[in-house]
Amino acid sequence: MEGLNEKPLTAQMRPDRAALTLSEYERAGGYQGLRKALKLAPVEIQSIVKEANLRGRGGAGFNTGMKWSFVPMDSDGPKYLIANADEMEPGTFKDRMLLEGNPHQLIEGMIISAFAIGATEAFIFLRWEYTLSAERLSKALSEGYAKGYLGRDILSSGFSIDIKLHVSAGRYICGEETALLNALEGRRAVPRAKPPFPQVCGLWGRPTVVNNVETLSNVPHIIANGAEWYRGLSRSKDGGTKIYGVSGKVKRPGLWELPMGTTIGEILEEHAGGMMEGMKLRCLIPGGASTEFLTEEHFGVKMDFDSVMEAGSRMGTGTMIAVDDKTCPVGVLRNLEQFFAQESCGWCTPCREGLPWVEKTLSAIEEGRAKPGDLEVLEMHGESLWIGRTYCALAPGAMEPLRSGLKLFRSDFERHIKEKGCPYKAH
Amino acid sequence: MLSHEERIEIEEELKSVEFKRAASIDALRVVQRHRGWVDDQGLKDVASMLEMTPSELDSVATFYNLIFRRPVGSHVILVCNTITCWMMGCESLLQRLTERLGVPLGATTSDNAFTLLPVPCLGACDQSPVMMVDGKLYGGLTPEKVDEVLKEHGWKG
Amino acid sequence: MAKILIENREYEVEDGQNLLQACLSHGFNIPYFCWHPAMHSAGACRQCAVKVFKNENDTRGRIVMSCVTPIAKGMRVSIDDPEAKAFRENVIEWLMSNHPHDCPVCDEGGECHLQDMTQMTGHVYRRFRFKKRTYRNQYLGPLVNHEMNRCIQCYRCVRFYRGYAGGADLDAFASRNRIYFGRSEDGVLESPFSGNLVEVCPTGVFTDKTLKSHYTRKWDLQTAPSVCVHCGVGCNTIPGERYGGLRRVVNRYNGEVNGYFLCDRGRFGYEFVNSLQREKEALLKTPNGTQAVSNEEALKLASNMIGMGGRLMAVGSPRASVETNIALRTLSGAENFYSGFSRHEARLVSLIVEVMERGLARSPSLKEVRSADAALVLGEDVTNTAPVLALALRQAAKNGPLKAATKLGIPFWDDMALKTATQGKKGPFYTAAPYAIDLDSAAVKTFHGPPVEIARFAAAIARELNGSLPIVDGLPSGTASFAREVANALLEAERPLVVSGTGSGSEAVIQAAANVAWALCARGKKAGLTMVMPECDSLGAALIDSRGLDEAAAAAAEGGFDTLVIAENDIFRRMDTEDAENFLASFSNVIVIDHILTDTARAAHIALPGATFAESTGTLVNFEGRAQRFFQVFAPDEARQASWRWLKDMMDSTGLKLQKWETLDDVTADAASIIPAFEKITRAAPKHGFRIAGQKIPRQTERRSGRTAVEADRTIYESKPPEDADTPFSFSMEGFQGQPPSPLIPRFWAPGWNSAQSLTKYQEWAGGPLRGGDPGVRLLEPKSAAAPFFRAVPMRFKARKYGWLLVPMPRVFGSEELSALSAPLASLQAKPFIGIAEEDAERLEVEEGDEIEVRANGKSFGLPAVFVPGLTRGVAAVPLLPGMAIFTLPAWGVLTRAKRRAA
Repeated sequence: MEGLNEKPLTAQMRPDRAALTLSEYERAGGYQGLRKALKLAPVEIQSIVKEANLRGRGGAGFNTGMKWSFVPMDSDGPKYLIANADEMEPGTFKDRMLLEGNPHQLIEGMIISAFAIGATEAFIFLRWEYTLSAERLSKALSEGYAKGYLGRDILSSGFSIDIKLHVSAGRYICGEETALLNALEGRRAVPRAKPPFPQVCGLWGRPTVVNNVETLSNVPHIIANGAEWYRGLSRSKDGGTKIYGVSGKVKRPGLWELPMGTTIGEILEEHAGGMMEGMKLRCLIPGGASTEFLTEEHFGVKMDFDSVMEAGSRMGTGTMIAVDDKTCPVGVLRNLEQFFAQESCGWCTPCREGLPWVEKTLSAIEEGRAKPGDLEVLEMHGESLWIGRTYCALAPGAMEPLRSGLKLFRSDFERHIKEKGCPYKAH
Repeated sequence: MLSHEERIEIEEELKSVEFKRAASIDALRVVQRHRGWVDDQGLKDVASMLEMTPSELDSVATFYNLIFRRPVGSHVILVCNTITCWMMGCESLLQRLTERLGVPLGATTSDNAFTLLPVPCLGACDQSPVMMVDGKLYGGLTPEKVDEVLKEHGWKG
Repeated sequence: MAKILIENREYEVEDGQNLLQACLSHGFNIPYFCWHPAMHSAGACRQCAVKVFKNENDTRGRIVMSCVTPIAKGMRVSIDDPEAKAFRENVIEWLMSNHPHDCPVCDEGGECHLQDMTQMTGHVYRRFRFKKRTYRNQYLGPLVNHEMNRCIQCYRCVRFYRGYAGGADLDAFASRNRIYFGRSEDGVLESPFSGNLVEVCPTGVFTDKTLKSHYTRKWDLQTAPSVCVHCGVGCNTIPGERYGGLRRVVNRYNGEVNGYFLCDRGRFGYEFVNSLQREKEALLKTPNGTQAVSNEEALKLASNMIGMGGRLMAVGSPRASVETNIALRTLSGAENFYSGFSRHEARLVSLIVEVMERGLARSPSLKEVRSADAALVLGEDVTNTAPVLALALRQAAKNGPLKAATKLGIPFWDDMALKTATQGKKGPFYTAAPYAIDLDSAAVKTFHGPPVEIARFAAAIARELNGSLPIVDGLPSGTASFAREVANALLEAERPLVVSGTGSGSEAVIQAAANVAWALCARGKKAGLTMVMPECDSLGAALIDSRGLDEAAAAAAEGGFDTLVIAENDIFRRMDTEDAENFLASFSNVIVIDHILTDTARAAHIALPGATFAESTGTLVNFEGRAQRFFQVFAPDEARQASWRWLKDMMDSTGLKLQKWETLDDVTADAASIIPAFEKITRAAPKHGFRIAGQKIPRQTERRSGRTAVEADRTIYESKPPEDADTPFSFSMEGFQGQPPSPLIPRFWAPGWNSAQSLTKYQEWAGGPLRGGDPGVRLLEPKSAAAPFFRAVPMRFKARKYGWLLVPMPRVFGSEELSALSAPLASLQAKPFIGIAEEDAERLEVEEGDEIEVRANGKSFGLPAVFVPGLTRGVAAVPLLPGMAIFTLPAWGVLTRAKRRAA
């Protein structure tokens, strides 16, 4: 199909994003990757994916093939593959498109990945609010079973796998893979200690791989077309394309599948059409709420894991939030920290007690109730809620925008304090 | 007591899990689907089906945002108030909603028709501001469109 | 051992420890909350941050949580690093942001770990200026108070209650900064270990409600090391007294016995000391009734009775100290001394003594129980007869899965990782009981059947292990394969354990249990055999004399006796009323010494007021065979004194030169020389003359309030503290303030550590034994090299058409005589009932709650029916509650429907 080479994930998708049926998906080359994969040895699949340098699209950017290779292949008993479809990072809406528009692509990716790690059972961990995705996934799964892509002895390969859809009850922390495992076991979704890593000791204490929806959706294409082809799609070291998104006060908010490493400027200016009339870009959050702010000076930075890291932030989910100059940056931070404070699981002290304090302090500043020392309190939290000091990455993630915001918007903070209120409220 | 339907649906959920507690959320949601929320007796009955104590199950139930342990109205409105929707004006939607329904965020109207709740990012930021009513997503909202959505769900203001 | 550098100085640390434990062991102060030496690391509170440097060139270092950091050879650690210090202060600042700061009205004040840790971090200035969150508290029953606003969310309570103690009705609710610890609704905490929450909680969320009812700060409590008298485990305790009343009991760590935890019977049973049932003064029975007399007069009368030269019989008690029983035996002579067991008890305990003395298997300490990697419980409802043993067995049940998890490289202390890896899996732990017992929930598989069937099941296991033992005929195939499974599991273990005891009332069960343990030993296994006995000195008493009261009565009936002296024994609990009355009537003089006014004391011609464990000193032998010393906590009212001293006074005043005792140590020494098994008993604790730097050990704290003013309402003079000739303790705050030998630790306290957490300062390493070794001395070691197997296998159980087999059902609250007098525990006692299998309801034509008439041993009771899970058809369970310790059980009886429950 035309354009497949450039946009393997989305080229087949309908303009209205209605789900491709099984036969439509098959006509577009669907399930060819699976047929090919089932003829390979699982470790071969692992090494192809490793070679393709498919890095985890949930935000951490770990090499997927490498992650799989930690699963002990010689162990008996159950092993699990889980698609993390708990998309809940603020400003992130890419997985929804993949789930709604092409559920079979994910399912095929899951079957291949399950085969590659020797999984005996697979789950899609979906957030409750994705009701349309649930509907379409359920339908696609039934189609898959009916056609023999799922269940026992798939395509007479001897390989069997079931995929179950688990609909979550809403909690940001479920996106953290070990918290997700607890949620799937019917427990409180508190992150687990690592080590042991899920690949060795995951769901029900068994080897488990958790991959993001976008990551898994790439797998069929890699197997069908090869690692070299996949790496060739990219403009950077990381393989493949990436679904980038922009939201906020831009002319055309949306999602685009582009070569990995497309620059921030190109995404924002060309694809999103730049800021709305009369607005200027103040800053952007590159990949979900838990990444540091970047500004116009970073337009030349390639959106890939390493480049954004070098620029002082993280690519995260690759869906940017563009903040305009009419929006109060203190208000932005308050909104973000409110989210994180609300979504803390409550396990460790710094996150549970620190985030609400940050949120309350930001509210006080925003509402003109600032007191001397408030900025020091915020800075203290920026330092103290950091990696290694908290149990998981939620609070450090929450501190990323705060730390950079305190530097970037210092004068705004000072104006709020001096003017005893939000100077943007007047507008 | 669980109704016959609830029991059958929970048993169905139990069939697909390896360990009973894995069906906690699904089983609670069965009760919530039938009753709108999970009352104490419902919780106890589900716990006994899952071979858990009420404390164990409630510990799980109260952790999650969307298991309602207090009564809600016939229609549950989830308004996204996270970053993009906040920038795109969710506050004006909220203002309209609280005016129209006469209740603040987090409350249920006196006729038990609507419950108004905030929700973290609904993952539809390109259609921001958005809200969800009874599981149906509404994007590109304005205060005027909010009125239409309310009417669609039986609001007679 | 590994060498690590702390603040650039080299220290040797135990391999496999975590960094927090290692630093605490070397005396460093690192604040912590969620870590607990018995429950290990959770990584939740983030309080124990320190800095670790890669090598000597690393100047930046990395903040880590010491409780979840494994020791690595050569690691460089800084506790004083400014960044680490600042972070620790931040953590306290967060924890205190919502804390109510209600210390002046908080029961934890003065012994609060949160206070200590706050001080330790140096946090003083409060920056959090927003509204504090608040919670609603719950009613959790008469023992534990709940004040959630003080909570710092360390998760210790749920980790103890659920994870360690197997409770299911306390949990963490909600999330973020709304986390709530409690029950799903108000109600009495169901676990019999709930009182430990008081000590596990680092602040005042869970506090002792009994203490609250007569509150005293820790520093005002007069304390001494004690031993629990409410079952045969012998947990070490610290009772605290003020103004002549016992205010509370807390745990006294003994690594070999109770470790960190007590049961609620042991913690809250002490209220019997303050109860109205106490004998206050000497009572003399006259034709006109009972009249109080002075001690002098009572002693004179008693001495006259025993000094008249007639024959004297003495009855001791399994709940009295070794010294009291020895004193009685000295008075009466060995032939005329009876330990005071009932006929049935006497049979069981003498069998157990025989098993312990003759057998191959060692009786393990509770520490060894906790480390067993396979265990089999036979017939004993352990949670209800020896609760802390049950707690130990719950830990043993986890050892199998833990062993598997450590193969993944997870350290033993990484509790969260172990939870992930073990997934609550159970190790080879099996239970067999007449009805469903609490420990079943920890077992991989359970067996339910009447005692004879348990004995047959055990005999089948023994036969699997040893082909020379008799085959068990007619065993159902399921039971036979279960027996094989158990035998294999025990054989595969390194440290298998068999637990049984007097609880089932069946000699056959005890014999079969011994056979299993011996068969394992014969196969080269180091198998342990624990035999539960019900009272605090059951074994001690049995080692002196194990003849029953039936034999005493038979001897008395033959005539020739004039005087009977009974100490601390209510024979009406151990004999039929008629038999007891006849027994007492065969003496012209009956003298009873006891601290509570029992039916026996009421029947005495002279009743002498004794002293409880808190008012006297003595030695008890627990069912492990460990002799332990309890010390007098406070000087009782003048009228009361220890039973042995009453006896000594009587002997002295009659001029009978039966002994030359001056202090208690002389009685103990006599015990050691008279009874071979007591050879080592004097080593249980240092003697009365023990001094450190010439000083006694003070029972009172350095900061006790009102020393010179407590008697100001009566006298302006400061009275002299009471004398105590029997122990190295003083009744004052003067004396040696450092750490005494482990049996003499009167309380745990260290500078900067006012709570129970100060314990680590007394241990060889954090979580290890007390310095110099844990208290107590083991008296019994297996002697035999060959297994003296029992050869009999009981006949199958056959349900009878008209008869019912009544089996005993011990209850944690109610079955033990003294704790049943504690008002808060009495309020938790079940109402008497008769337990039947639900399947038998039809046969009896009853529904649950209907009254059933129970007839056995010539007696009859009307009791409501309660369905007891696991009971075999034709078997009924009799709860051993006050007023119901009436039958010798098991026994055959008749059950009939009394009347319909009111509609």
